[in-house]
Amino acid sequence: MKLTWKGIIPLVVFLALGIAFAIGLTKDPSKLPSQMINRPFPDFSLPDLLDMDVTIDQSYFDGQVTLVNIFGSWCVACDQEHPVLMKLARNNEIPILGVDWRDTVEKGRRWLARGGNPYTRVVFDADSMLAIDLGVTGAPESFIVDKQGNIRYKFIGPITEKIWRDELKPFVLMLEAEQ
Amino acid sequence: MKIIFIWVVAVFMYLPALPVMAQTPSEAEIELRAKEVGRALRCVVCQNQPIEESDASLAQDMRKLVRARIRKGDSNEEVMAFMQNRYGDFVLLKPPVQANTYLLWFTPAALLGFFLIWYVVRVRRGSAKIDAPTLSADELKRFTALANDQEKNQ
Repeated sequence: MKLTWKGIIPLVVFLALGIAFAIGLTKDPSKLPSQMINRPFPDFSLPDLLDMDVTIDQSYFDGQVTLVNIFGSWCVACDQEHPVLMKLARNNEIPILGVDWRDTVEKGRRWLARGGNPYTRVVFDADSMLAIDLGVTGAPESFIVDKQGNIRYKFIGPITEKIWRDELKPFVLMLEAEQ
Repeated sequence: MKIIFIWVVAVFMYLPALPVMAQTPSEAEIELRAKEVGRALRCVVCQNQPIEESDASLAQDMRKLVRARIRKGDSNEEVMAFMQNRYGDFVLLKPPVQANTYLLWFTPAALLGFFLIWYVVRVRRGSAKIDAPTLSADELKRFTALANDQEKNQ
């Protein structure tokens, strides 16, 4: 049997499909590419969970590199992430702005009372006002905001010690070195 | 009488279109337009449902936001652009026609065109082959002679 160029067509098609599927099907579909990188943190004005009469807005970011962490008392993975954030706070690694997302005041406060509060401030976002502006799809999600108040990094899922050490901290140090 | 009736019907038919131009759309119209927008936006949690049909809590909040923005006077396109700006092209259930989706949009038409051309070429070539082997005048003479001999022998 002679191998002609026509005979190779099915093999080529098969290989092309195989490569396309190998790339397409192994990507995690819940990890959407973020639109928010290198954009200013969206304007917001929301109550402080720990003092509902006080509002917090984007002026919070003034001149400091900040970690913004979306959480909720209903979020299982947040329980897993919480001790890591506590450790960051204890070591004064970075100011963390919490966003208590789709929660009630009591449940949010109880959650922080139980495990400790690693956040410098906690924004209370019951109706996803800030979450949708940030393009959040689930909790926990974290953003690193630079000194000018621009979002520079997005991390989806719970931050572990390894992720902080290898991925986030080097990035934070780089941002802190910026003018 | 009939003329008046037609006018009344016509006016009522165009009524739903009027609030688009007005400053504050009516609640019924907000709902209608919000449903239309909501059916075109993907729920980013469950991913293959429009937000209008999803029970995910984020989809509920997105529906609220869509209504709030329409109430504030946004057009449907502005609401879609607002969501696309935050969640990317993925949030649109119908992918936009742009450089990275040309392959998606135009491959079916291109394949159809390709196979049509391929088919026409094949058919042409096939019929050409049938035309090819005809007998020359000389061969025809010999053939008829042979055929006549055969008949005589029978």
